[in-house]
Amino acid sequence: MLEYLLDLAAATLRLSTPLIFAAMGGLISERSGVINIALEGKMVVGAFAAAVVTLSTGSPWVGLIGGGLAGVLLAALYGVAVLPLKANQIVAGTGINMLAFGIPPFVAKILYDVTGSTPAISLAERFSVAPMVLAVFLPLVIWSFLSHTRGGLWLQFAGEHPSALAAAGVNVRRIRWASVLTAGFLAGVGGATLSIFLSSAYSRNMTSGRGFIALAALILGKWRPLPVLFACLFFGLADAVQMRLQGIQMDGFGKVPVQFIQILPYMITIVVLAGFVGRSRAPRALGNS
Amino acid sequence: MSSNLKQPLVAALRPALAALIGLSLGVALTAFAGENPWQVFMVIVRGALGTPYDAGMTLFYATPLILTGLAVALPYRAGLFNIGAEGQLLMGALAVAVVGVLLPNVSAPMSLLVSVLAAFAAGALWGGIAGWLRAYRGSHEVITTIMLNFIAAGLTSWVVLALIPSQDSQNPESARISANYILEHFSAFSSAPVTWALPLAVLTAFLVWLFLRFTVRGYELKATGLSIDAARFAGINVRFMQMLAMALGGGIAGLVGIAEVCGNSGRFRLGFSPDYGFIGIPVALMARAHPLGAVASALLFAVLQKGTAELDLETTYVTRDLAAIIQAMVVLAVAAEAGFTWLKWRRAKPEVKNHA
Repeated sequence: MLEYLLDLAAATLRLSTPLIFAAMGGLISERSGVINIALEGKMVVGAFAAAVVTLSTGSPWVGLIGGGLAGVLLAALYGVAVLPLKANQIVAGTGINMLAFGIPPFVAKILYDVTGSTPAISLAERFSVAPMVLAVFLPLVIWSFLSHTRGGLWLQFAGEHPSALAAAGVNVRRIRWASVLTAGFLAGVGGATLSIFLSSAYSRNMTSGRGFIALAALILGKWRPLPVLFACLFFGLADAVQMRLQGIQMDGFGKVPVQFIQILPYMITIVVLAGFVGRSRAPRALGNS
Repeated sequence: MSSNLKQPLVAALRPALAALIGLSLGVALTAFAGENPWQVFMVIVRGALGTPYDAGMTLFYATPLILTGLAVALPYRAGLFNIGAEGQLLMGALAVAVVGVLLPNVSAPMSLLVSVLAAFAAGALWGGIAGWLRAYRGSHEVITTIMLNFIAAGLTSWVVLALIPSQDSQNPESARISANYILEHFSAFSSAPVTWALPLAVLTAFLVWLFLRFTVRGYELKATGLSIDAARFAGINVRFMQMLAMALGGGIAGLVGIAEVCGNSGRFRLGFSPDYGFIGIPVALMARAHPLGAVASALLFAVLQKGTAELDLETTYVTRDLAAIIQAMVVLAVAAEAGFTWLKWRRAKPEVKNHA
């Protein structure tokens, strides 16, 4: 029994890792006032770029950074659309998600002459635990940055009361740019952990909605680093339990439908959003850039 | 030309121009893959319109895109952003499949009515949930519709596989619906599945246009979208209008179930939609949320969808996935164009400075 629980805890932590990186990225962006529904897209390009870079350099660390930088590139495009050009952030985010799904097959066809997945990455070139450790400490780092540094305070003001920040002589636009790009990096790294930590290659649709689960965790955790971490762990647990329940018979109930466990995180998010279990308040200036 | 006529024309031209820029950017990208962009463009056009069968397939793709375009456009006019068309169309298709399998004996003209009602009701329920949550609980419709999309995917997968599974194949799909519900293919497009679903979609667009333009409810819906405070002050029940807009949008998306289940496969195949619901977003945006414009822009996106499918065979390094890139470029270009227009307007009138 103890062994089973330890095993489950380890699986939870592993499966939460990509969610934590992506959700923290979303947190940085949204706390500065920029909506981020394109976490999914950034994870897709991050997962793909990390696999490609790891395959060509043989180093997962370089791959992880490559994944992050791919996220930054996509975030830069998003930034141009929503900051200087003032495109609607939700529409532009949707566009970025669409774009991200088109990029890996396009590039993979040129590089490897396949459109589905990259070649497999050998076990020696993959991570075993490192990203998991980073993921646990990341929310602590972000929490102390937000509440104990001047930059963190500026970031919060950019999201809550940008005109006060501007009156104090700080460039709100610059803060938001920094936040959007950082969010791209973190979401890209989150995607990278899918291809070079949780599995051994990039494959089509491997993010399977995790970017949106990360968004759900962000709302559930009310845009605060530590609660968001717990929300990610909870969704990771749901994922781990779902994998273990597949095909298991329960007394008097028959097979547990996997689909019900898969939709659980989304149901919980709706219930929370509807205010049935405590309200979740977004940063005040979210979406008005 | 009178200015009455000129204004909508200019309004339609600007997003069309932005779309053209997006399209060119997307096609130009193929140069990186060592292809000739012009040749890629010609492959797309020929693939979409080359033969009657190709044109028929393009019309087949256009049908759901008209409906999802309307499903995004109508709530947009009420100030809401419906990115849940994907989930709504899944629920509509599920309802058609369930009715078609469980009520096999409804005879021909009646069965069409039953399936249309089922598709609309299921979609309207799914959209209405998001509308109710927005209007009465204050939950942002973008997030709730994203979540409802995933819930619809899980729910349809469970119902199809556990309750009405296929009897005659190992594929992840439902049992075949009764022959009474099947729509015949028009003969003009050889074997392409163009059915009465296409005129139904165009008629829906026309009805939405009439509704918005000539009815009191339609006026109230637009007023809610233009300024929610002014609408509330004028005595309009804005909460009801928000819910109505989402329910109508969802119901229209649900009609995709008719085109797919009754008009094409005769069953619910898991994963049948190549993101029709999401492509509805650029369809609506390009039409500036005008219902008749949505028909035109759906045709354009259908050409893209069908034409890029040929790229797999006709080029060495470019595949149908280019469609996603081009669509995304169009979305970004159209969105940035709208923002740019707004920016110019704001600069022209410095006294209405936004203080956020």
